[in-house]
Formats: sequence, C-alpha cells, structure tokens
Amino acid sequence: MTIHIDNKTYTVKAGKNLLEACLAQGLDLPYFCWHPAMGSVGACRQCAVKVYKDETDTKGRLVMSCMEKVTDGLYLSIDDKIAKAFREQVIEWLMTNHPHDCPVCDEGGACHLQDMTVMTGHDYRRYKYKKRTYTNQYLGPLINHEMNRCIQCYRCVRYYRDYAGGGDLNVFAAHNHIYFGREKDGVLQSPFSGNLSEVCPTGVFTDKTLKEHYTRKWDLTMAPSVCHHCSVGCNTIAAERYGELRCVLNRYNGDVNGYFLCDRGRFGYEFVNSENRIKQALIRNRTNEAAKEDEVMAHLQQFISTGKLIGVGSPRASMESNFALMQLVGKENFYQGVSEDEAYVNRLVVEMLSSGCVHSASLKDIEQADAVVVIGEDIWNTAPMLALAVRQAVVKTAAAEASKSVQAPVWLDSAIKEFAQDEKGFLATLTITTSPLDDLATHSWHAAPDELARLAFAIAAYLQPGKIDNTDINEELLSRAKTIADVLKKAKNPVVVTGTSCYNDNVIKSAFDIAVALNTSERKTAFSCVMRDCNSMGLAMMEAPSFNVANEAVKKNGHAAAVILENDLYRNVTFGVANDFFNACDHIVVLDSLHNTTTQKAHVLLPAATFADGDGTLVNNEGRAQRFFQVIPNAGSQVQESWRWLRKMQSLKSHAVNNHAAFPDELLHELETALPQFKGVTEVSPQHDFTIHGERIPREPHRYSGRTAMLANKNVSEPKPFSDEDSPLSFTMEGYRGVPPPMMTPFFWSPGWNSVQSVNKYQDEPGGALRGDDSGVQLFKDKQADNGLFFNDVPGSFVIAKDRWLLLPKYDTLGSGELSSYSLALQALSPDPFICVSPGGLHVLGVQEGDPLQITDAGIVYDVLPVKVDKDLCDGVVLISAGLRGSIGMNWGSRVKLEIRN
Amino acid sequence: MEQPLTKNIITGNTLSLKDYEQAGGYAALRKVLKDNSPQQVQQIVKDSGLKGRGGAGFSTGIKWSFVPMDENARHPKYLICNADEMEPGTFKDRLLLEGNPHQLLEGMILAAYAIKADISYVFLRWAYRKAAEIMEKSISDAYAAGYVGKNVLGSGWNLEMYLHTGVGRYICGEETALLNALEGKRATPRAKPPFPQVSGLYGKPTIVNNVETLSCLPHIINNGADWFRSLSVSEDSGTKLYGVSGKVKRPGVWELPLGTTMREIIEEYAGGMTNGYSLKGVLPGGASTDFLTEQHLDIKMDYTSVAAAGSRLGTGTIVVMDDKTCPVGFVHNLQHFFAQESCGWCTPCREGLPWVERILSGLEKGNGSPEDMELLQMHTQYLGPGNTYCALAPGAMEPLQSALKYFREDFVRHIEEYKCPYEG
Repeated sequence: MTIHIDNKTYTVKAGKNLLEACLAQGLDLPYFCWHPAMGSVGACRQCAVKVYKDETDTKGRLVMSCMEKVTDGLYLSIDDKIAKAFREQVIEWLMTNHPHDCPVCDEGGACHLQDMTVMTGHDYRRYKYKKRTYTNQYLGPLINHEMNRCIQCYRCVRYYRDYAGGGDLNVFAAHNHIYFGREKDGVLQSPFSGNLSEVCPTGVFTDKTLKEHYTRKWDLTMAPSVCHHCSVGCNTIAAERYGELRCVLNRYNGDVNGYFLCDRGRFGYEFVNSENRIKQALIRNRTNEAAKEDEVMAHLQQFISTGKLIGVGSPRASMESNFALMQLVGKENFYQGVSEDEAYVNRLVVEMLSSGCVHSASLKDIEQADAVVVIGEDIWNTAPMLALAVRQAVVKTAAAEASKSVQAPVWLDSAIKEFAQDEKGFLATLTITTSPLDDLATHSWHAAPDELARLAFAIAAYLQPGKIDNTDINEELLSRAKTIADVLKKAKNPVVVTGTSCYNDNVIKSAFDIAVALNTSERKTAFSCVMRDCNSMGLAMMEAPSFNVANEAVKKNGHAAAVILENDLYRNVTFGVANDFFNACDHIVVLDSLHNTTTQKAHVLLPAATFADGDGTLVNNEGRAQRFFQVIPNAGSQVQESWRWLRKMQSLKSHAVNNHAAFPDELLHELETALPQFKGVTEVSPQHDFTIHGERIPREPHRYSGRTAMLANKNVSEPKPFSDEDSPLSFTMEGYRGVPPPMMTPFFWSPGWNSVQSVNKYQDEPGGALRGDDSGVQLFKDKQADNGLFFNDVPGSFVIAKDRWLLLPKYDTLGSGELSSYSLALQALSPDPFICVSPGGLHVLGVQEGDPLQITDAGIVYDVLPVKVDKDLCDGVVLISAGLRGSIGMNWGSRVKLEIRN
Repeated sequence: MEQPLTKNIITGNTLSLKDYEQAGGYAALRKVLKDNSPQQVQQIVKDSGLKGRGGAGFSTGIKWSFVPMDENARHPKYLICNADEMEPGTFKDRLLLEGNPHQLLEGMILAAYAIKADISYVFLRWAYRKAAEIMEKSISDAYAAGYVGKNVLGSGWNLEMYLHTGVGRYICGEETALLNALEGKRATPRAKPPFPQVSGLYGKPTIVNNVETLSCLPHIINNGADWFRSLSVSEDSGTKLYGVSGKVKRPGVWELPLGTTMREIIEEYAGGMTNGYSLKGVLPGGASTDFLTEQHLDIKMDYTSVAAAGSRLGTGTIVVMDDKTCPVGFVHNLQHFFAQESCGWCTPCREGLPWVERILSGLEKGNGSPEDMELLQMHTQYLGPGNTYCALAPGAMEPLQSALKYFREDFVRHIEEYKCPYEG
C-alpha cells in the first residue's frame, strides 16, 4: 500500500505500524520503548508524528507512530512543527533526571539516548531542580547496574520477563521513582541476561566484562564473527583493541539469532585473552623448547615428508583447518577426533538432513513453529538460543491466536498479552530430566533415552500407521503418544527438535520419523538436531572415520606421526583410548589455542588462532555454513590459523618451491571440489580480493582514535596497519563506508545512529532480513521427492540394573563449554562438578545428597564427585556434570558401576 | 422531588437486606429474571439515557452493547463495580456503599445479567474500611438469599461475586488500570482498543461501571426508562449525587435532578459561603476538572452544559475555592497529588507532573520566574489528551490550565512579589 510522509509517497508493507514503516523507508524517527522483537507498548511517547484525515486536513492529530497501523493512502508528517516540538519535549522530560555522566558512562558513544537526544535537537536544560537518585544493585559478574541513568522505557523487564521468561528482574515503585532491578542484590538468574546491555537504550545495564578492559565503541576494531560455544552458530561481532578481545556483541541475522545472544555466547570470549593461551611454538624435549617458525618447520620436515601421517580433526576447528589437515594427511588418514559413539549419531544426523526429507530448521523456523516437540535433548543447557527460539514459538502461537480474536496486530504487544494471558502454543518436552523449558510445556515427560524413543516412535506410528512395529509398546505410552500426535496433526508448521547428547541413535531416529510422518505439502515440518560443538556438523559432513578407528589403525600399523587439530582428546574420548593412542604414536604434533591435557602430550606444539585471531568457516547444526573473520591482528606473533600451519606443513611435504600462502576462500574452493556435499560453501563470503568501488571494508569506525599514539611507548613512528590478505576486510579506518554485504558487516553504525539500534539501517525493514539477505549458506537442500528414509527401530524397554547405570552427560548453560569455561565471569557462575541420580537411585545406593560417589567403567576408575539428587530424573540413569572446565571424556551412553567412596 | 437512590438512606445507618427487601429491593431482579432477556435489559437501560456517573459520562447501554452476546462469546465474562472513589473532593459513592449496599448489589446483578456475566467484583478503595465491612456482609447475605451464586433465584443463571480492596492508587479508578490491578499486575492503564468489553479482565469480556451508575439500575427496571428520563431537569436523564466541599456552610452530598444549577446546589443545599468568605472559583466535578467562576454559577450541572462552559461534570462533586485560599497553593496541592499518583508508565505524565509540581512549589516559596509561566503553559499543552497514555495527566492539567486563565494575576503576583501574597 502507499502512504504519504511529508508530502512524499512511499510504498509500504501492510500490517506494519507507522514507526516501522518510517524506519523501513530509511527515515529517522526517534523511539525508545518499541523494539522490533518485542513490539509496541506506547510508553515512552517518543515516536509521535502527525496524522491527517486526508490531504486537505492541515491541522492533523498527534499520534504515537508505534501504536498506529498503516492504512492505504494515509497522510502523516514527521517534520510537522508540533510533532517535532513534542518529541523534543519528551527528551527534555527524560533528561530532567538523566545524569550528565556521558564521559564516564560505558554506553557513551554507543548510546541510543544520546542519538535520540541529538536527533530531536534538545540542547537547553530548563529544569532547574535536583535529579532523583537511586541505589544500584549487584547483579552478578556479567551485568553492571546504574539506575540513575534509567529513562524508564520498560524495555529491560519486557525483554527479561516477557521475551526471555526470566523471573528475577522486575519493575518496582511508581510515579517518577520507578525502579528496575531485583528484589534484592544478587546474580541475574536468566542465562540470557547479557542482552539487557543491548536492549537498554542507555547505560543502566552494561557489559561488566567489558568494564574490565573498557574501550569506546568508536575505538574498537571489529569483525563479523560466529559464536564458537555451541552448535547453533549465532552471529556475533568480535571487538578488539591493543591486541586484546574486549567484548562480543550481537550481530543480527534474521534467520539465526536475530537480536539476541545467550550469556555463554556473549561472555565466553575471554578465553582468547586467557593466560592459558598458547602463543609460542614448542619443540619438546629440547633444552630450549621455544622454537622459531623456521626451526619448527625444519623439525617437522624430518618426519612429515617421509613418515605416515595420521590426522585427527576437530569439531571445534574451522572447515578450512579440518580440510587442510585432510589434505595434508590424505583422505584415508583423516579421522574425526570424536568417539565412535558420537561419530555414529553424527553420521545419522547428516544422513537425515542430506536426505532432504524434512526441512532443516533454522532458529527463525523454530520461532515461527505452531507446535514444537523436543525429544531427548536438554536444549536449555546445550543450545540456549534454540531454547529461547522455542519459547518464542510457544508465545507467538498464542499471540497469533489472540491477534485474530481481538483483531489487533501482533505487534500491539500489551493488548495481545492481556488477551492471551497464560495461553501458549503446543510444546512437548520429552527429555531425561526437567529444564526451565518445562514451565512452558503443554506436555512434559521425563524418562530414559530408550523410553523416550519408544514414545516418539509410537507418536510417529500414530501419524503414519503401518510403517512402525509398535506392538511391544504398552498402553500408557500409546495413549500418551496419541495425545501428542493428535495435536501435531492439527499443526501447520510443526518443528521436531532433538540432539546427540543422549548418545542414543533411537532417540534421533524416532524424532526424525515424527518429522517425516508429519511432513506433507500442507504441513511443512522442520527438524532440528542439536550437536555438541560449533563445527560438529561440518566435521561429520566430511564423513571421516571416528577416532576409535584412528586408534586401531595406529595400534596396528605403528610408527605413525599424528597431527592433532584443536582437539583435547581427553575431553572428546575416554582417557584410556587417548592414552593408548599417544603411546602408539612416534611423533605427536598438536595445534591448539589453549593448553590442555592433549597439548601436554605434544612433541611439537603449534599456537593456533582462535576465532578472534583467525579466519574460518563453521557449519552449524542446521547445516548453515558461516564465515568468521579475524579481529586481532597477529603481526609479529606465531599465532596463526591451524589451516595456515597445515598448509605450510603441506608445502614441506610436497617440496613445492613456489607455494603461495593459501587464502581461506581458496581452501573452500578446494573443499567444494574434493567433497561435493559441501557444494555452495564458497558462497559464505566474497573472495579475499573483493572490493567495493576499489575499496575494502574497514574494521574500524571512522572515529577510531589514537592510531598514531597507541604504540608510541614502543616506537614513535606509527606502524603500518596490519595487512589482512585473507579477507576483504581491512585493519584500518579507511575504506568503504556504505552498507557492506551482510556477512561482512563488522559493526552497525549509521549517521546519527551510533548505538546497536543502527541495525535498522542495515535491514530491509525492522526485524527483517539484512539488506542483501541474511548471511550463511544452507548446505542441506530440501528435496521434493520422498526418498523413503524412515526408521522402524523401536528399542526394547529401558532396563534398570543395579550395577549397570546408564551414564549420560549433564551440561550447564553457563559453565559448560571447553573454551568459554576459561572466561572468568562464566567460571564464577559455573557449578562444581557433580554426579546426579534419581531419588530412587539415592535409595538403591544407600547414600545421601552430598556423599562422595565414584564411577567405574570398564576398569577405569573416575574421580570421586559429590552426589546430587534430581527428583525428575528416572531411575537407572546417572548424570555427570559435563563440559565444565577440567571435565574429561567419558563413555557416554554406556553402562557403568557406581559406588560410594569415603 | 424524587430521590430514588438515597430515599432509604439514613445518614450513619446501613440498610440491611431485610429492610431493603421491605422497601421493594430485589423486585427488579425478580422481574427481569422472569420477564426480560439480557438484550431487553440492555435496551431498557439504553432507552433510559443513563450515563456513566464515574466521570466520563458515556452511555451505559451503549457501553454494554459492545459486549459479545452470541453463543461463541468467551466466558467467563466479568462485571466489575468501580468503587475506587479516589478523586479528590469526591465522596458520593461512599454514601451509597455505606448507606444502601444492596441497591448497589442488585444493580450489579442486573448489569451482570444484561451482559450474561459469570463473575462480578467490587473493586473498593482501600480507605473505605467501613464500606468494606458492609460490602463483605452484604455479599454474603445476598449469597445466602440466593441473589448471587449458583442458579440465581432459580433462573439457572450463575453469578459469583467477590469484594476486592485495592491498595490505594488513584490510577485504579481508570478502568483498565483497575483490571490490571485486579489481575495482580501493576496498575498501569491499558491501550485501547481493544476495549474491556472484548478483552478485559484476564482477557475476557468485561464491563466496569461506577457505583452510582449501577445503583440507578434497579430503579430504572422497576419504573421504566421514561420515568428515569423524567427525573432530570435537563436533556440528561435521572438524578445525580451532587456534593459540595470547601468553605461553605453545610458541605455534603445530595441527590438532585440532573441539571440542577450550580447556584442552587451551592446556595440552597450547601447553605452558601461561610461568613467572611466569598466564592473565587469552583471545580465542578472533582479535582481533575477545569475551574469555573462566579459567572458560571447559573449553568445547569449536566454533561453538556458544564462542557459548554469549558469544564466537565466529572463526578458531580463541587470543590469550592474561596477568596482567602491561594489559587497557586490550591493547584500545587492538586498537582502534588497527581504527580504522586502517576503510575510511571508514560514519559509525559511521569516526568511532566513532578516538574509542574516543583514549579508551583517554587512559586509558593517565592522562587518563581517569568519563565515558569511558559513552562506551566507548555505542560498544559503537551500533557493534553492523546499525548499521554491515559487521561490522568490531561485531567491533572484541567485545573492548572483554567487557573492560569482565570487566576493569572495571582500567579504573576507570586513571581513579582517573590512570595505568596496570601501568606501574612
């Protein structure tokens, strides 16, 4: 439809509000309380415009643009004198109590309130009285609280409570003494609390970890990045100064994380700055172990060019690095670096998604689902942002219903919520034990993995009779299955979510069956399987054998040299297997970024880049390949991407005379040629020599300061900027100033829009896709034809046995994460390691909560840990805290002995 | 002169269920349950011309007509009595609550029947402790007598009734803020549309009516729409509880035909000004209405006439300001109240009212400046209807804008003399 704004005609999308319509046209209109992901509530009164009855109406009516729907032929004015004066007045009101502390405020220079103040033109203070003040609260190690700056836009509580489902942040008191905080000081309980720092339009809630090494936004060198702390692959902005990673910010991607990140993703970055980083190449067993690069190369040449090489890949290393290793050692000598049990389920997931039978669900697909079934996976702890997407699905389904009934647009947030009340869309959580997601669930059931699979198969059998033999399933399960199946049948966009953390193929197969059985031309069904690491999917897609096969090969053939890529084998496989392997190898070359048990075994240790000091590509659990870019210049340092080390090693092997340094995009080209399943992966980013009008894209904002002085303590001559040949991004403030291609957006900034709110200017429309489409390349293509992939594998009932406990991992939203656990702030919130059993289990063991327990598995005796009781856990299962700092690999999914130790 | 609402009220006494029944109470309920469909009740009330007595003056019958009445209408539907009488200077509902509680309950039951409600609440101002006791007892008596509860008087219709006492927020008198408060949420008003008739308490169809409005209903049913129309002396129907406070000889509240002149109310019923005082201005309908002055005394106290004079009938309770009271101090006191009672949701009200209050306080202390006049004027403009989320701030601006108009000289003297001229 067309509307007229200040006498110009625009074509706008129906169903939007006037504020969205204006912003979508690139017009500047100030706002505070409205948020594209949270809708309109009309509280701040900042976005006032004039609306006219028709073209002859000259008087008009002042309205809040966020609260009014666009209508065809509407006349409105942003520039109207009264509207402008009113907007300026709103700022003056907000400023009556806002402190003049911009110079010492963390938000300064990236503050929406500053931007809006300038936009309205308010500059002279007429309020001559004292400002009101508040006492601030301690909110934990992640978020800083400074209430005096609050302008009462209510975004924080609307985000924290309504959007993210948190309960411990609230609004207190009334009139001009409204207070946003907790009932009393204490750590914010939501694992999505970090988003408060971006949702808050000013400096009330700020990133406390950034405060530890504070830098203004304009002084940051920034690069587009991808979160490395779970398999979801949220898009981030990594920010650097003085060689140190300063913070991680959200990078909008409409298909994946939208406007938000989880706290593990936002605050897990500090491992990059950790003292535990490997910065120096080592050749062990020499007097001076530290080695220069040419020394290392000379040393490696001795056995690389002659001996047999075994390559151990990594689920947390980039595609480029894994592929470079495969090239170095040869396809037949490349192994996955994960246990056979894990590789097995991962292969299954790849088979399912590459079959194209069902759509691989993006987070956006999940958010838009009208029914969700979660089977087996504790997504709250293993893929927090996916859990947040499930929450949106449940809330949005109810909102869509309300919108129809009350004939109000879905963005009219308070009206929709008042109508919908506690109504929720359908969610079934069929998991090992409870999680906060259960609070939203229509149907929760907790049982052992095989029992979950039996229920899920029974559901699939109801949905598609005749293909599954469910004769062995009892009445209780069947009736439960029918209840769920009946709801799913009525859904239009159901999503089935599962994961690999049960180490149980039946769970995944049964979930897949439900998705296939539901999928029809009228009912587009999506399927999502959470995996363990950020590139578990990419590694699995390479179809290499598991580490157990590598171990057998080494034991059989002997005299091998192993090259281990960014992989602490003591975490990924059991230490018995890891020890066997290392004992059998003649030479051990390890590339990694943090010291760990595996790096201690290395004969040659090479310092690998992290996501912040290197380039690469990850494939998330959805099959979406996404590129991350270097942000820390590593001039003069030995730290470099593993793929670069491996390429250099390859040149030793091939004795190539003129081996130029590889570019990441070249590696991806070679990957695409060598492994056709990666077709399209080269599109994750333009080539390294891409320019726009001959200009590269600067990583630094044009206001970057101190360049000539930063290193003056070392040398008064300004050093040449670090030159990055790998990507179209430059380490300077000069270059292309327009909106770059979405995957190469190093920061969001637009004239007059210094804060994160400037993302509006990079989108087709607020909350829509980035201009040029959201980034990432989906490697799994939907196929029309049903290729008949379906499983009829109903497992037998789970058998509880006294000395054969089923061992499964228990992850923690904040504490788990091999790399993120090196962030001090997250470590402070991490639980201590524990063992967990059901109340019945406690009874069988004859122990009390807190008693020390020990696990014995195939002769290996593990550390003694205190026992916790979980009342929702089924009998016969033992959970052990997993993924925490110092956690080790265990035989997940196997049966173990459990004993009390004194 | 007929005084249907108050004829059975003896000051200081409460009419018991038995006495109310003896005076013809609950006959209207019996009648409609026997003879009238809910739609017919709605029609009678629409025909009667009854307008809301809480302040806004919207037709009660039309208000009800927006409640979905078809078979698909969502239940439970709610009928709520707004007894959160907190408008400064207003004390008319208290008389009805304490004096004749069953008249109100019968009115509520009739209204509930008219919209086919399932549950009803009395939302009562916390400070009305005596009324709370009375309502509690009256509701339980009504339950015992079968007027509410399961199968009301054998009609097959069920209606539950509860008393809810607020915690003393002026904003709870705003019907949507009342709904949020009743749901246990912050008493913040809601955006309209959707209106409570469609999405009210717990998102269900809801009607909120004032105590006095509801108390009219039994009489309208008993005597007919035409009778009710004939009660008034103006185009608006019925009687009205008018109150007068201030320096008058006999402050109080009286039920009079709608449209009685202000002069008659003040001079005849309130006995005129106390000796030594003369009338300087009046707020005709509570604290959030525009000042009128002596020149307006002969206007009829009905919705249209008061509006034509530049103010609002509001609650119909007149606050008289005498010549020895400082208008600036008077308005300051009001703004102090309104600033404190702002819910804090929207910026203009939350930040604007305290600013106004401080300016007025400054004027009173002799710290005023000519710029303050501009700022006050600016606020009366920008805190107007539509600019704020609800009607609280626009209401607060009504006495201020009219004071600036009628008593401007007083404001200027405060600034020029660096003190309040009314003090010593």
